[in-house]
Amino acid sequence: MIRSMFGPDHKVLLPYMTAGLPNEEVSPDLFAAMADAGADGFEIGIPYSDPLMDGPVIQKASQEALEAGIDVDAALRVVEKVAHRTGLPCLAMTYANVVFRIGLEAFCARLASAGAQGVIVPDLPVEEAEPVLGAAAASGLGVVLFVAPTTGEDRIRAVAARDPAFIYGVAELGVTGEREKSSGRAVELSRRVRAVTDIPLVLGVGISTPEQAAEAARVADGVIVGSALVRRVLEAASPENAAKSLNEAVRDLRAAL
Amino acid sequence: MNAQKLDRPDATGRFGDFGGRFAPETLMSALDELEKAFIDAWDDVGFRAELDRWLTEYVGRPTPLHAAPRLSEELGVEVLLKREDLAHTGAHKINNAIGQVLLARRMGKERIIAETGAGQHGVATATAAAALGLECHVYMGEVDIQRQALNVARMRLLGTEVVPVTSGAGTLKDAVNEAMREWVRTVETTHYVIGSVVGPHPFPWIVRQFQRVIGDECLSQLGERRPDVVVACVGGGSNAMGIFYPFAGTGAELVGVEAAGEGIGTGRHGASLGAGTPGILHGARTYMLQDEDGQVEEAHSVSAGLDYPGVGPEHAYFLEAGLARYVSVTDAEALEGVALLARTEGIIPALESAHAVAWVAKARDELAGRTVLINLSGRGDKDMGTIIEWMEGRL
Repeated sequence: MIRSMFGPDHKVLLPYMTAGLPNEEVSPDLFAAMADAGADGFEIGIPYSDPLMDGPVIQKASQEALEAGIDVDAALRVVEKVAHRTGLPCLAMTYANVVFRIGLEAFCARLASAGAQGVIVPDLPVEEAEPVLGAAAASGLGVVLFVAPTTGEDRIRAVAARDPAFIYGVAELGVTGEREKSSGRAVELSRRVRAVTDIPLVLGVGISTPEQAAEAARVADGVIVGSALVRRVLEAASPENAAKSLNEAVRDLRAAL
Repeated sequence: MNAQKLDRPDATGRFGDFGGRFAPETLMSALDELEKAFIDAWDDVGFRAELDRWLTEYVGRPTPLHAAPRLSEELGVEVLLKREDLAHTGAHKINNAIGQVLLARRMGKERIIAETGAGQHGVATATAAAALGLECHVYMGEVDIQRQALNVARMRLLGTEVVPVTSGAGTLKDAVNEAMREWVRTVETTHYVIGSVVGPHPFPWIVRQFQRVIGDECLSQLGERRPDVVVACVGGGSNAMGIFYPFAGTGAELVGVEAAGEGIGTGRHGASLGAGTPGILHGARTYMLQDEDGQVEEAHSVSAGLDYPGVGPEHAYFLEAGLARYVSVTDAEALEGVALLARTEGIIPALESAHAVAWVAKARDELAGRTVLINLSGRGDKDMGTIIEWMEGRL
């Protein structure tokens, strides 16, 4: 189902949002607002105490969600509601310690029973991914693996050889967060990935505006937009405003792709 | 079972079940490059000679091995002190900082970043960067910036930019997070001088190799003599691994002393090995403090250098392989250890190192008649603010 998002004439738009933001009850409404605006699926963040690959905005979202009591169970209840309400593919994003602490089989089984289609773990390089790939496959989940501008050809081949659900191309050096201007390094990264594999390539990190999304989509099969959307929720005066603001933002992104 | 110590981690960067490389993809090629550069440098007699020259002429090595007569008499235990507090900048941290900054320069990096808790690693890295002419930025939690004002001023005087970290509890763990995030951004031009035997492979191995000079020196200073017990404090565990590694397999019992903080039972402590569980922290599988969902729990210790919810993966291996045992002492016991060493030997230890002294005092009956080597990893000047509060009964 993850692969079915992609098509020759369709650029995939995957919004990232932290589960349980601003609270467990309202959270699914925010995803529904983005689905209405043309999202193709979601990267749903299970909050973690030490999000090493995330910048200030998603760090703050994780911390606020944890303080609001969004543990893994609560986050999975959100995933379940979003999957059911929107019918779109949901990929859970969290850090390796959460996955290993709960246990690979147990974690993947819980994700699958919540209706998630896949899992994204930003501190799980291909060398450490084998056990997770096995557990995910046993539960029918896809795994997303990463490449970055610093990734060499041999590593790109190793990632492709695992046949991930899609390849997450890190578009910028650094952690997640908005950038004024793109470095353009994703163009060269995309060319190097394309030389090796036809597995769908989705670019993320530092893609926040419709212009940046359009630029990225020219060289990839889709884009992930996170901090720019999460910031709207953190800054919103009310849940209704957050939903409206997300709907507008995703609509603009969709139109640009 | 008693397994052997390992020369180096396996092909996956593991010591037994611990270690590995749970890092963002952006860093992976830099970690590969660092491993290759370190192997190349470590095998190069020219690099080793340059490192030795810096350690001798700049750091002041070898540091003395002091037979502590009055402490020995008071405790009824023969105590030897390895005086890392006398190394330049006042702690063992300089051994690793000089080594890694030399390595960074050899790799053609223009810029150094580091994290710091108590500020000792920050000062050591700022010092090495100044001496070797590299730009340096140190990430430090804002809580630690307040409680270690002296070291913040030293770093600034040395030309380093101290970057406050406001995330989390504003202590060492958060400083490591932020330094790693900065490294993800600048990895192509910058080397991250990690301060302990923690982090993704090859850091735990590199830092151990740069710190093993402590134990290697002790062995040569002792001649034919061998201590019965070797004791060191353990936060991340670099001073402990630096002295443990050469002594593992010599018959000496190795004892690591963790921070029990306000008491293990209170939950406010830093005893990752004594009271934690295996997990993944800062890129390595190791023992750590965490809840059932894998959320990292805050550590607590009066000593900023032991205020860390994880520990180096090689210590986790030493624990499970039966190569060392790990105990803990409380904040209050550690402060008594400061006073004991000051009164009997005229040495004011760092609060971190005082944990090792305090355990020997606490275990004196068990240790009676045996020879105990303590790694006195740092001096206490930086802690005088806390020590004064304790002396005045305000702590």
